[in-house]
Amino acid sequence: MDLMLIIVSAALVNNFVLIQFLGLCPFLGVSNKLEGAAGMAMATAFVLTLASVASYLLTAWVLAPLGLEYLRIVAFIVVIAALVQLTELLMRHSAPMLHRVLGIYLPLITSNCAVLGVALLNVRAQHSLVESALYGFGAALGFGGVLVLLAAARERLAMADVPESFRGAPIGLVTAGLMALAFMGFAGFAKL
Amino acid sequence: MLVAVAVIVALLLSIGLVLLFSARRWTPNEDSVVEQINRILPQTQCGQCDYPGCRPYAEAIASGEADINQCPPGGEAGVKALADLLGREPRPLDTSHGETKPPVVAIIDEDRCIGCKLCIQACPVDAIVGAPKMMHTVIADACTGCELCLPPCPVDCIDLIPRRRPFIWPVKEMDVETGSASKTTQRERDHA
Repeated sequence: MDLMLIIVSAALVNNFVLIQFLGLCPFLGVSNKLEGAAGMAMATAFVLTLASVASYLLTAWVLAPLGLEYLRIVAFIVVIAALVQLTELLMRHSAPMLHRVLGIYLPLITSNCAVLGVALLNVRAQHSLVESALYGFGAALGFGGVLVLLAAARERLAMADVPESFRGAPIGLVTAGLMALAFMGFAGFAKL
Repeated sequence: MLVAVAVIVALLLSIGLVLLFSARRWTPNEDSVVEQINRILPQTQCGQCDYPGCRPYAEAIASGEADINQCPPGGEAGVKALADLLGREPRPLDTSHGETKPPVVAIIDEDRCIGCKLCIQACPVDAIVGAPKMMHTVIADACTGCELCLPPCPVDCIDLIPRRRPFIWPVKEMDVETGSASKTTQRERDHA
Protein backbone atom coordinates (compact mmCIF):
# COMPACT_ATOMS: atom_id res chain seq x y z
CA MET A 1 0.00 0.00 0.00
CA ASP A 2 2.85 2.33 0.88
CA LEU A 3 4.45 1.62 -2.47
CA MET A 4 1.20 2.39 -4.28
CA LEU A 5 1.09 5.62 -2.30
CA ILE A 6 4.56 6.58 -3.53
CA ILE A 7 3.49 6.27 -7.16
CA VAL A 8 0.24 8.20 -6.64
CA SER A 9 2.04 10.85 -4.65
CA ALA A 10 4.75 11.36 -7.26
CA ALA A 11 2.38 11.18 -10.22
CA LEU A 12 -0.59 13.20 -9.03
CA VAL A 13 -0.41 14.82 -5.60
CA ASN A 14 3.11 16.17 -5.97
CA ASN A 15 3.07 16.17 -9.74
CA PHE A 16 6.54 17.19 -10.80
CA VAL A 17 5.47 19.57 -13.51
CA LEU A 18 2.30 21.19 -12.29
CA ILE A 19 2.83 21.23 -8.53
CA GLN A 20 6.61 21.33 -8.14
CA PHE A 21 7.40 23.25 -11.36
CA LEU A 22 10.16 20.86 -12.39
CA GLY A 23 10.79 19.95 -16.02
CA LEU A 24 8.83 22.80 -17.57
CA CYS A 25 11.10 23.12 -20.60
CA PRO A 26 10.04 19.95 -22.44
CA PHE A 27 6.55 20.32 -20.97
CA LEU A 28 6.00 23.44 -23.07
CA GLY A 29 8.55 22.74 -25.79
CA VAL A 30 7.37 19.35 -27.02
CA SER A 31 3.66 19.66 -26.31
CA ASN A 32 2.51 21.10 -29.63
CA LYS A 33 2.10 17.67 -31.25
CA LEU A 34 0.61 14.62 -29.61
CA GLU A 35 2.97 12.14 -31.27
CA GLY A 36 6.09 14.00 -30.23
CA ALA A 37 4.73 14.44 -26.73
CA ALA A 38 4.06 10.72 -26.38
CA GLY A 39 7.57 9.94 -27.59
CA MET A 40 9.06 12.47 -25.20
CA ALA A 41 6.98 11.06 -22.35
CA MET A 42 8.35 7.59 -23.01
CA ALA A 43 11.94 8.74 -23.39
CA THR A 44 11.75 10.75 -20.17
CA ALA A 45 10.06 7.88 -18.36
CA PHE A 46 12.90 5.59 -19.40
CA VAL A 47 15.55 8.06 -18.24
CA LEU A 48 13.72 9.02 -15.02
CA THR A 49 13.18 5.47 -13.84
CA LEU A 50 16.68 4.29 -14.70
CA ALA A 51 18.25 7.45 -13.30
CA SER A 52 16.54 7.04 -9.94
CA VAL A 53 17.67 3.40 -9.74
CA ALA A 54 21.21 4.19 -10.87
CA SER A 55 21.58 7.14 -8.53
CA TYR A 56 20.34 5.02 -5.64
CA LEU A 57 22.87 2.29 -6.41
CA LEU A 58 25.59 4.87 -6.78
CA THR A 59 24.78 6.43 -3.42
CA ALA A 60 24.35 3.16 -1.54
CA TRP A 61 27.30 1.25 -2.99
CA VAL A 62 29.89 3.86 -3.82
CA LEU A 63 29.35 7.33 -2.40
CA ALA A 64 28.02 6.50 1.08
CA PRO A 65 30.57 3.73 1.98
CA LEU A 66 33.46 5.95 0.89
CA GLY A 67 32.08 9.03 2.61
CA LEU A 68 31.87 10.93 -0.66
CA GLU A 69 28.29 12.23 -0.40
CA TYR A 70 29.51 15.68 -1.37
CA LEU A 71 30.14 14.35 -4.90
CA ARG A 72 26.47 13.49 -5.23
CA ILE A 73 25.48 16.19 -7.71
CA VAL A 74 28.46 15.65 -10.01
CA ALA A 75 27.99 11.88 -9.98
CA PHE A 76 24.23 12.10 -10.58
CA ILE A 77 24.61 14.52 -13.46
CA VAL A 78 27.16 12.24 -15.11
CA VAL A 79 24.90 9.22 -14.73
CA ILE A 80 21.89 11.10 -16.08
CA ALA A 81 23.86 12.41 -19.05
CA ALA A 82 25.01 8.88 -19.84
CA LEU A 83 21.46 7.55 -19.68
CA VAL A 84 20.22 10.29 -22.01
CA GLN A 85 23.02 9.51 -24.41
CA LEU A 86 22.03 5.87 -24.30
CA THR A 87 18.38 6.77 -24.96
CA GLU A 88 19.43 8.90 -27.89
CA LEU A 89 21.52 6.07 -29.35
CA LEU A 90 18.63 3.64 -28.95
CA MET A 91 16.14 6.05 -30.46
CA ARG A 92 18.33 6.94 -33.42
CA HIS A 93 18.62 3.26 -34.12
CA SER A 94 15.05 2.11 -33.64
CA ALA A 95 12.89 5.24 -34.12
CA PRO A 96 14.79 7.72 -36.31
CA MET A 97 11.58 9.58 -37.16
CA LEU A 98 10.81 10.19 -33.50
CA HIS A 99 14.43 11.19 -32.94
CA ARG A 100 13.99 13.84 -35.62
CA VAL A 101 10.68 15.08 -34.20
CA LEU A 102 12.08 15.49 -30.69
CA GLY A 103 15.16 17.30 -31.97
CA ILE A 104 16.98 19.37 -29.37
CA TYR A 105 14.55 18.37 -26.60
CA LEU A 106 15.94 14.84 -26.45
CA PRO A 107 19.46 15.83 -25.29
CA LEU A 108 17.80 18.46 -23.10
CA ILE A 109 16.46 15.64 -20.91
CA THR A 110 19.96 15.80 -19.42
CA SER A 111 19.22 19.16 -17.93
CA ASN A 112 15.58 18.39 -17.21
CA CYS A 113 15.43 19.39 -13.57
CA ALA A 114 12.76 16.76 -12.91
CA VAL A 115 15.35 14.04 -13.54
CA LEU A 116 18.01 15.40 -11.20
CA GLY A 117 15.19 16.44 -8.86
CA VAL A 118 13.94 12.87 -8.51
CA ALA A 119 17.45 11.58 -7.85
CA LEU A 120 18.12 14.18 -5.16
CA LEU A 121 14.67 13.90 -3.58
CA ASN A 122 15.17 10.14 -3.35
CA VAL A 123 18.30 10.68 -1.31
CA ARG A 124 16.67 13.29 0.89
CA ALA A 125 13.65 11.05 1.58
CA GLN A 126 16.02 8.11 2.24
CA HIS A 127 14.10 5.85 -0.09
CA SER A 128 15.06 2.19 -0.50
CA LEU A 129 15.89 0.74 -3.93
CA VAL A 130 12.30 -0.26 -4.69
CA GLU A 131 10.94 3.00 -3.33
CA SER A 132 13.42 4.98 -5.43
CA ALA A 133 12.46 3.09 -8.57
CA LEU A 134 8.75 3.56 -7.89
CA TYR A 135 9.21 7.24 -7.07
CA GLY A 136 11.04 7.71 -10.37
CA PHE A 137 8.40 5.76 -12.22
CA GLY A 138 5.61 7.73 -10.55
CA ALA A 139 7.31 10.99 -11.44
CA ALA A 140 7.62 9.74 -15.03
CA LEU A 141 3.92 8.83 -15.08
CA GLY A 142 3.00 12.28 -13.81
CA PHE A 143 5.32 14.06 -16.21
CA GLY A 144 4.28 11.99 -19.23
CA GLY A 145 0.62 12.19 -18.30
CA VAL A 146 0.44 15.96 -18.11
CA LEU A 147 2.68 16.30 -21.17
CA VAL A 148 0.32 14.18 -23.26
CA LEU A 149 -2.74 15.93 -21.82
CA LEU A 150 -1.33 19.37 -22.63
CA ALA A 151 -0.32 18.21 -26.11
CA ALA A 152 -3.86 16.96 -26.74
CA ALA A 153 -5.29 20.27 -25.53
CA ARG A 154 -2.86 22.31 -27.63
CA GLU A 155 -3.61 20.25 -30.73
CA ARG A 156 -7.25 21.19 -30.35
CA LEU A 157 -6.32 24.80 -29.59
CA ALA A 158 -4.45 24.95 -32.90
CA MET A 159 -7.82 24.52 -34.60
CA ALA A 160 -9.73 26.77 -32.22
CA ASP A 161 -10.55 30.42 -32.76
CA VAL A 162 -8.02 31.86 -30.32
CA PRO A 163 -7.78 35.67 -30.04
CA GLU A 164 -4.76 36.79 -32.01
CA SER A 165 -2.78 38.16 -29.07
CA PHE A 166 -3.15 34.82 -27.27
CA ARG A 167 -1.95 32.60 -30.09
CA GLY A 168 1.14 30.42 -29.64
CA ALA A 169 3.01 30.48 -26.36
CA PRO A 170 0.51 32.59 -24.31
CA ILE A 171 -2.42 30.24 -24.79
CA GLY A 172 -0.09 27.30 -24.10
CA LEU A 173 0.95 28.82 -20.79
CA VAL A 174 -2.64 29.71 -19.90
CA THR A 175 -3.66 26.12 -20.61
CA ALA A 176 -0.80 24.82 -18.45
CA GLY A 177 -1.94 27.21 -15.70
CA LEU A 178 -5.49 25.88 -15.84
CA MET A 179 -4.14 22.33 -15.65
CA ALA A 180 -2.10 23.28 -12.57
CA LEU A 181 -5.29 24.69 -11.07
CA ALA A 182 -7.01 21.35 -11.67
CA PHE A 183 -4.09 19.46 -10.13
CA MET A 184 -4.38 21.56 -6.97
CA GLY A 185 -7.47 19.43 -6.37
CA PHE A 186 -5.14 16.53 -5.49
CA ALA A 187 -3.44 18.55 -2.74
CA GLY A 188 -3.62 16.84 0.65
CA PHE A 189 -4.76 13.60 -1.00
CA ALA A 190 -1.67 11.76 0.19
CA LYS A 191 1.30 13.07 2.07
CA LEU A 192 4.85 12.12 1.35
CA MET B 1 40.80 13.58 -2.08
CA LEU B 2 42.47 10.73 -3.99
CA VAL B 3 39.48 8.52 -3.41
CA ALA B 4 37.14 11.17 -4.76
CA VAL B 5 39.20 11.59 -7.91
CA ALA B 6 39.47 7.82 -8.33
CA VAL B 7 35.72 7.37 -7.94
CA ILE B 8 34.86 10.05 -10.51
CA VAL B 9 37.44 8.75 -12.98
CA ALA B 10 36.21 5.18 -12.55
CA LEU B 11 32.62 6.31 -13.02
CA LEU B 12 33.42 8.25 -16.18
CA LEU B 13 35.54 5.42 -17.54
CA SER B 14 32.87 2.79 -17.03
CA ILE B 15 30.19 5.04 -18.55
CA GLY B 16 32.44 5.77 -21.50
CA LEU B 17 32.94 2.06 -22.10
CA VAL B 18 29.21 1.32 -21.88
CA LEU B 19 28.43 4.12 -24.34
CA LEU B 20 31.20 3.02 -26.66
CA PHE B 21 29.78 -0.46 -26.94
CA SER B 22 26.20 0.79 -27.23
CA ALA B 23 27.21 3.11 -30.06
CA ARG B 24 28.82 0.19 -31.85
CA ARG B 25 25.82 -2.02 -31.25
CA TRP B 26 23.09 0.44 -32.27
CA THR B 27 24.30 2.29 -35.29
CA PRO B 28 22.11 5.22 -36.32
CA ASN B 29 19.40 4.36 -38.77
CA GLU B 30 19.23 7.65 -40.66
CA ASP B 31 18.70 5.93 -44.00
CA SER B 32 15.16 5.00 -43.19
CA VAL B 33 14.31 8.70 -42.76
CA VAL B 34 15.49 9.46 -46.29
CA GLU B 35 13.63 6.39 -47.49
CA GLN B 36 10.35 7.50 -45.91
CA ILE B 37 10.66 11.05 -47.26
CA ASN B 38 11.49 9.65 -50.69
CA ARG B 39 8.38 7.52 -50.62
CA ILE B 40 6.21 10.62 -50.18
CA LEU B 41 7.86 12.53 -53.01
CA PRO B 42 6.11 12.03 -56.37
CA GLN B 43 9.16 10.52 -58.15
CA THR B 44 8.73 12.73 -61.20
CA GLN B 45 12.51 13.36 -61.11
CA CYS B 46 11.68 16.76 -62.60
CA GLY B 47 14.38 18.68 -60.73
CA GLN B 48 12.11 21.67 -59.99
CA CYS B 49 13.23 21.53 -56.36
CA ASP B 50 16.77 22.45 -57.53
CA TYR B 51 18.03 18.96 -56.75
CA PRO B 52 18.83 16.44 -59.49
CA GLY B 53 16.01 14.12 -58.49
CA CYS B 54 13.58 13.06 -55.82
CA ARG B 55 16.04 11.02 -53.80
CA PRO B 56 18.68 13.81 -53.59
CA TYR B 57 15.90 16.17 -52.49
CA ALA B 58 14.82 13.63 -49.85
CA GLU B 59 18.41 13.51 -48.59
CA ALA B 60 18.52 17.32 -48.50
CA ILE B 61 15.29 17.46 -46.48
CA ALA B 62 16.59 14.81 -44.08
CA SER B 63 19.80 16.73 -43.48
CA GLY B 64 17.87 19.95 -42.98
CA GLU B 65 19.44 21.57 -46.02
CA ALA B 66 16.21 21.99 -48.01
CA ASP B 67 12.74 23.02 -46.93
CA ILE B 68 9.73 20.75 -47.36
CA ASN B 69 7.80 23.04 -49.70
CA GLN B 70 9.95 22.90 -52.83
CA CYS B 71 8.15 20.15 -54.73
CA PRO B 72 5.47 21.50 -57.09
CA PRO B 73 4.36 18.10 -58.47
CA GLY B 74 3.72 16.91 -54.92
CA GLY B 75 1.55 19.97 -54.32
CA GLU B 76 0.08 21.09 -51.01
CA ALA B 77 -0.87 17.49 -50.20
CA GLY B 78 2.78 16.48 -50.52
CA VAL B 79 3.93 19.32 -48.26
CA LYS B 80 1.34 18.32 -45.69
CA ALA B 81 2.39 14.65 -45.80
CA LEU B 82 6.04 15.68 -45.30
CA ALA B 83 5.10 18.00 -42.43
CA ASP B 84 3.19 15.17 -40.75
CA LEU B 85 6.08 12.76 -41.19
CA LEU B 86 8.70 15.17 -39.88
CA GLY B 87 6.56 16.73 -37.16
CA ARG B 88 6.80 20.23 -38.62
CA GLU B 89 4.22 22.85 -39.36
CA PRO B 90 2.84 22.61 -42.89
CA ARG B 91 3.53 25.68 -45.01
CA PRO B 92 2.43 26.91 -48.42
CA LEU B 93 4.23 25.60 -51.47
CA ASP B 94 7.15 27.78 -52.52
CA THR B 95 5.94 28.86 -55.96
CA SER B 96 9.40 30.08 -57.00
CA HIS B 97 10.03 26.42 -57.81
CA GLY B 98 6.93 26.17 -60.01
CA GLU B 99 3.20 25.70 -59.80
CA THR B 100 1.31 22.49 -59.24
CA LYS B 101 -0.17 21.34 -62.54
CA PRO B 102 -2.60 18.58 -63.41
CA PRO B 103 -0.84 15.35 -64.35
CA VAL B 104 0.38 15.32 -67.93
CA VAL B 105 2.21 12.92 -70.15
CA ALA B 106 4.62 13.70 -72.99
CA ILE B 107 3.79 12.63 -76.50
CA ILE B 108 6.10 12.78 -79.50
CA ASP B 109 4.70 13.94 -82.83
CA GLU B 110 6.20 11.12 -84.82
CA ASP B 111 5.97 12.89 -88.19
CA ARG B 112 8.20 15.71 -87.03
CA CYS B 113 10.73 13.67 -84.98
CA ILE B 114 14.16 13.59 -86.59
CA GLY B 115 15.63 10.93 -84.29
CA CYS B 116 18.27 13.12 -82.65
CA LYS B 117 18.22 11.22 -79.33
CA LEU B 118 18.51 14.47 -77.31
CA CYS B 119 15.23 13.85 -75.49
CA ILE B 120 16.32 10.32 -74.59
CA GLN B 121 19.37 11.73 -72.82
CA ALA B 122 17.24 14.30 -71.02
CA CYS B 123 14.61 11.87 -69.75
CA PRO B 124 15.28 11.10 -66.07
CA VAL B 125 13.13 7.98 -66.00
CA ASP B 126 14.09 6.39 -69.34
CA ALA B 127 10.55 6.67 -70.65
CA ILE B 128 11.57 7.46 -74.23
CA VAL B 129 12.70 4.76 -76.62
CA GLY B 130 14.29 5.23 -80.01
CA ALA B 131 17.46 4.87 -82.02
CA PRO B 132 19.61 7.41 -83.90
CA LYS B 133 17.88 8.73 -87.06
CA MET B 134 14.79 6.74 -86.18
CA MET B 135 11.56 8.09 -84.79
CA HIS B 136 11.25 8.03 -80.98
CA THR B 137 8.24 7.38 -78.83
CA VAL B 138 7.20 7.86 -75.21
CA ILE B 139 6.21 5.01 -72.96
CA ALA B 140 3.18 6.68 -71.43
CA ASP B 141 3.08 4.47 -68.34
CA ALA B 142 6.65 5.38 -67.40
CA CYS B 143 6.46 9.10 -68.26
CA THR B 144 6.19 11.34 -65.21
CA GLY B 145 5.32 14.51 -67.12
CA CYS B 146 8.42 16.30 -65.86
CA GLU B 147 8.83 18.39 -69.05
CA LEU B 148 12.60 17.91 -69.07
CA CYS B 149 12.50 16.57 -72.63
CA LEU B 150 10.91 19.75 -74.04
CA PRO B 151 13.89 22.17 -74.04
CA PRO B 152 16.44 19.87 -75.77
CA CYS B 153 14.15 18.97 -78.69
CA PRO B 154 15.44 20.87 -81.76
CA VAL B 155 12.21 20.55 -83.72
CA ASP B 156 9.67 21.02 -80.91
CA CYS B 157 7.91 17.78 -81.67
CA ILE B 158 7.07 16.91 -78.05
CA ASP B 159 3.71 17.94 -76.59
CA LEU B 160 2.18 17.47 -73.19
CA ILE B 161 -1.31 16.04 -73.07
CA PRO B 162 -3.46 15.48 -69.97
CA ARG B 163 -3.17 12.06 -68.52
CA ARG B 164 -6.17 9.95 -69.38
CA ARG B 165 -6.12 7.64 -66.40
CA PRO B 166 -4.83 8.51 -62.93
CA PHE B 167 -1.10 8.35 -62.66
CA ILE B 168 0.40 5.57 -60.59
CA TRP B 169 3.84 6.66 -59.54
CA PRO B 170 6.34 3.93 -60.44
CA VAL B 171 8.02 3.88 -57.02
CA LYS B 172 4.85 2.82 -55.27
CA GLU B 173 4.61 -0.27 -57.40
CA MET B 174 8.10 -1.16 -56.28
CA ASP B 175 7.61 -1.22 -52.54
CA VAL B 176 4.84 -3.74 -52.35
CA GLU B 177 6.35 -5.42 -49.31
CA THR B 178 5.53 -2.50 -47.01
CA GLY B 179 1.88 -2.58 -48.03
CA SER B 180 1.88 1.19 -48.40
CA ALA B 181 1.77 0.96 -52.16
CA SER B 182 -1.75 -0.30 -52.63
CA LYS B 183 -3.20 2.15 -50.11
CA THR B 184 -1.62 5.22 -51.69
CA THR B 185 -2.60 4.13 -55.13
CA GLN B 186 -6.14 3.59 -53.94
CA ARG B 187 -6.20 7.08 -52.44
CA GLU B 188 -4.98 8.60 -55.65
CA ARG B 189 -7.68 6.78 -57.58
CA ASP B 190 -10.27 8.16 -55.18
CA HIS B 191 -8.96 11.64 -55.79
CA ALA B 192 -9.28 11.26 -59.54
